[in-house]
Amino acid sequence: MAEIADSGGGGHDKGKKRAKKSSTRVDMTPMVDLAFLLLTFFVLTSTFSKPKVMSLAYPAKMDKPVDVNAPKLNNGITFLLSKDKIFYYTGEFYSADRPGKDGPTKLTETNFSASGLRKVLADLNSYVLLRKEGMVKKVKAKQMADTTYTRELEQLKGKPEALKVLVKTDDKALCKNFIDLIDEVKIAEIGVIAPVPMLPAELKLLETQLKK
Amino acid sequence: MPKIKIPKSSPSIDMTPMVDLAFLLVTFFMLAASFRPSEPVTVETASSVSDKVIPENMIMVTIDPIGKVYFNLTDPEARKEALSNMASLYKVSFNEEQIEKFSLMSTFGCTMKELPAYINLAGEARKEFKTEGVPLDSLDNQLKNWIAYSQAAALNTGKTAYEEAKKKGLSPDANDFKPKFIIRADGKAVYKKAEKVIDVFRELNLNNLSFVTSSEFNPNNPN
Repeated sequence: MAEIADSGGGGHDKGKKRAKKSSTRVDMTPMVDLAFLLLTFFVLTSTFSKPKVMSLAYPAKMDKPVDVNAPKLNNGITFLLSKDKIFYYTGEFYSADRPGKDGPTKLTETNFSASGLRKVLADLNSYVLLRKEGMVKKVKAKQMADTTYTRELEQLKGKPEALKVLVKTDDKALCKNFIDLIDEVKIAEIGVIAPVPMLPAELKLLETQLKK
Repeated sequence: MPKIKIPKSSPSIDMTPMVDLAFLLVTFFMLAASFRPSEPVTVETASSVSDKVIPENMIMVTIDPIGKVYFNLTDPEARKEALSNMASLYKVSFNEEQIEKFSLMSTFGCTMKELPAYINLAGEARKEFKTEGVPLDSLDNQLKNWIAYSQAAALNTGKTAYEEAKKKGLSPDANDFKPKFIIRADGKAVYKKAEKVIDVFRELNLNNLSFVTSSEFNPNNPN
């Protein structure tokens, strides 16, 4: 390709000194070695999945504890967390010496798997999840704008019929358990999550459950 | 009978395409890699389906498996301001070089008394530094002061950054420049320890907190 045609003008090339022809090829092996070394280094050191954050709003702290009776909890579920164990009850808490119409509150054990916790929450929050499904279908059929969808979903989560979640932890619960629970709650599209301190009566009940 | 001629070919192969490819990949990984500053503690966070990325301007409190508390603030200017306020409050003096070093540091977990010695250490030696973490009990709540001063300082620097972005003709969202409060708790840490840190935030009326998590598959939006 890049050759200089040396045809023509013959005659006097007999006595001309020829430049030594050396190959134009360079040995690229060291360069390739280096390139692959760097490649291996960067492949091994780079971290692709940047950490994500999960936001959670905590209730504001009061200066003085307000001593009024807690408002009646409609459509609520309370989770009691211990180390790698999770219990729940729905509705209000009735201690043994102040039983409700169904007797004192009994704890139900569940687990962090999809068939445990996720199913419990999906069943109880079916009001929101069913409506959400309907809205998703509308969005897909282009009958609803996605901005309307996010706004209505937020409204739906705040409705009285939507499930509310209280999270109470004992001294042994791990951060992993807590975050797993909050994660499941978010998957179930629950808007109201409140991490609150555990009542002494609840702790007692939890401890008797743990001993079983 | 004529002999069959085997065409003589050079034993060396043309390596140019391979080199091209190798360098292309090197360039990609070099640009895509983000180097994290060395942290004094490694934390294994739990996973969640959240897809929010970690914000730029943040105040982060790290809790390691045994419950030691570490503090971090991203903005270098705000770090300087917070440090000078903390120094005058706890009557610890820092020289220019230490302040400069501190502004470029990452997470630290030590008391104000230990801080000058900690800053003077070289990067790797900081990991071996013996400390009890940032104290946060009611008698000596240094974490609370760190958060309070850092928040004030980070709000200021965020405001100037917001004004600058406005001058450039962009239409920035003021909320993006406000510091966010992040808790990075190890999955094996006891929740009560994290709750103590959360209570410190709540005492300062900072109720919107975020937990650092690694990402996992979301069954609701599989995309």
